[in-house]
Amino acid sequence: MRHQTKQKIGKTVTTLAILLLGFLFIAPLLWMIVASLKPETLIFKDMGIAAFLPKDMTLDNYIQILFSDRANFFHYMWNSLFSVSMIVIFGLIVNSLCAYALVKLKFPGSDFILIVIIALYVVPFESMLIPLYIVVNNFGWINEYPALIVPFIASAFNIFLFRQFFMGIPKELEEAAMLDGANPWQTFWKVVVPNSKPVFATAAILTFVSHWSDFMWPLIVATDESIRTVQVGIQYLFTDNNIEYGQIMAALSLTTIPVILIFVFFQRYYVQGITSSGVKG
Amino acid sequence: MEKTITSVNVEKKSFTYETQKRWLGVVFSLPALVLLFTFLILPVVLAFVYSFMNYNMLNPDGKEFTGLDNYIRLFKDAVFLTALKNTLYFTALVVPIQSAVALGLALLVNKKVKAAGLGRIFFFSPVVTSMVVVAILWTFLYNVDSGLINNTLNFFGIENQPFLLSPDQAMNSIIFMSVWQAAGFQMMIFLAGLKEVPEELYEAAEMDGANVWQKFRNVTIPSISHVTGFVLIITTIQAFRLFIQPYVMTNGGPSDSTKTLVFMLYENGFQFRDVGYSSAIAVVFFIIVLAASLILKKVLKQ
Repeated sequence: MRHQTKQKIGKTVTTLAILLLGFLFIAPLLWMIVASLKPETLIFKDMGIAAFLPKDMTLDNYIQILFSDRANFFHYMWNSLFSVSMIVIFGLIVNSLCAYALVKLKFPGSDFILIVIIALYVVPFESMLIPLYIVVNNFGWINEYPALIVPFIASAFNIFLFRQFFMGIPKELEEAAMLDGANPWQTFWKVVVPNSKPVFATAAILTFVSHWSDFMWPLIVATDESIRTVQVGIQYLFTDNNIEYGQIMAALSLTTIPVILIFVFFQRYYVQGITSSGVKG
Repeated sequence: MEKTITSVNVEKKSFTYETQKRWLGVVFSLPALVLLFTFLILPVVLAFVYSFMNYNMLNPDGKEFTGLDNYIRLFKDAVFLTALKNTLYFTALVVPIQSAVALGLALLVNKKVKAAGLGRIFFFSPVVTSMVVVAILWTFLYNVDSGLINNTLNFFGIENQPFLLSPDQAMNSIIFMSVWQAAGFQMMIFLAGLKEVPEELYEAAEMDGANVWQKFRNVTIPSISHVTGFVLIITTIQAFRLFIQPYVMTNGGPSDSTKTLVFMLYENGFQFRDVGYSSAIAVVFFIIVLAASLILKKVLKQ
């Protein structure tokens, strides 16, 4: 009996701690969303608890940011969505095929290639920023979509992720397909892919979220307004001389809400990706 | 008779399958390998080559090899030494603080309470929010006169702080924000580690009369040591890459107090268009990151 009450108190304390700390972690984001729905004059007037409570709700900021001539945020969102989706789609094909080839269709040198790919994962992107810019410039891609897409299709991390998963697929499955007369391509497409849906989902979500947040690279290769991405777009709004806080809050919310929704709905795959990269590897 | 025929068939089949496999292996891996070579290996090699050259993008025909000139200039450059110091300061503070906060959060949401799931989402939300969004948002929060943080401090009787406007507080303000943004990521990794600690170990410790702290110290910490090592290494690499926060919030100021290695690399490469000098910074940056992770790996193994 005494043990039970002690446990109950422990649980209440834990719950309270989670909720209190949880509020501290979510508060800036909550303020962002609430402020985006307020008229300009109230944003820095409502302080304390009032900052987190909706008042005089309006969608004006969103309408202004998406459809006025001043900021073409709708277009920035499209640019990001398009380029990131292309990275995801081509990346899934190219990286999964490569991992499959290196793990299951071994050929002379394939083990060495695998070691090189894993080693490449440690190269920080920033250390090759300038030469990469020069390479991309030689292709004539500055201010063109390929600059935002092509360099990021092949990914050492994703190849590694697929490799970890494919290694766990039992040999018997492939041998059965082979005896049925399937060639390696058919084995990949009809046996391996359908059995690997979780790793495809994980790779897609991690790639989407990380490239949606890209800033430094688009900042230097997408200087033209026509191909500007969301992250660079909000930075321009922020440094604009006549700054409109409500519109910026709306832009920040529009940039963030899609990714938070992806996380909430696909939490399982997302977390699997993060943890499988380290804990089990 | 029948038996031999089938086995010959299988062998023949598997022979053609084996050669097919090897060829297709090359074909399947080729697209990724070509892309990795062009957009990863080649640029890394070029960074090393350019670092020994006098090469400005505004005058690409005038490039020439100048030996160690860029490196000599680098170690005489007061701004570089400041940037190096700032980057090390940020890393030295962020890594332990963030890892400790992350472990604390993981222990909390690992408890069997209803709020745990909600807590996980709350603590992780800043992680999926892009750093640019976070940096802009916190610039508003840190505002001296109308920021929510100073307003809250006033409520507790503390006077307004300059935060990003002061050379003494700017980097610490960035550190605080960075911990808030990324702790949820390490929390998830710790959580996965905590879930694999066998329940029996805790039960055995309880039988021996261990209290909460002793259980944490003698069961939890040793059982998740490999996870802790991994967290420390990735957090360190992440910390060295600090760029977006100073770029958006302070532009490296006030008086270079938030200028970092990557900030300097960007500035020299894309504002001054000095490819050679910027590449030398990139090489030094790469070596520091590599050395730090190798040293950490070695230390943590012991």
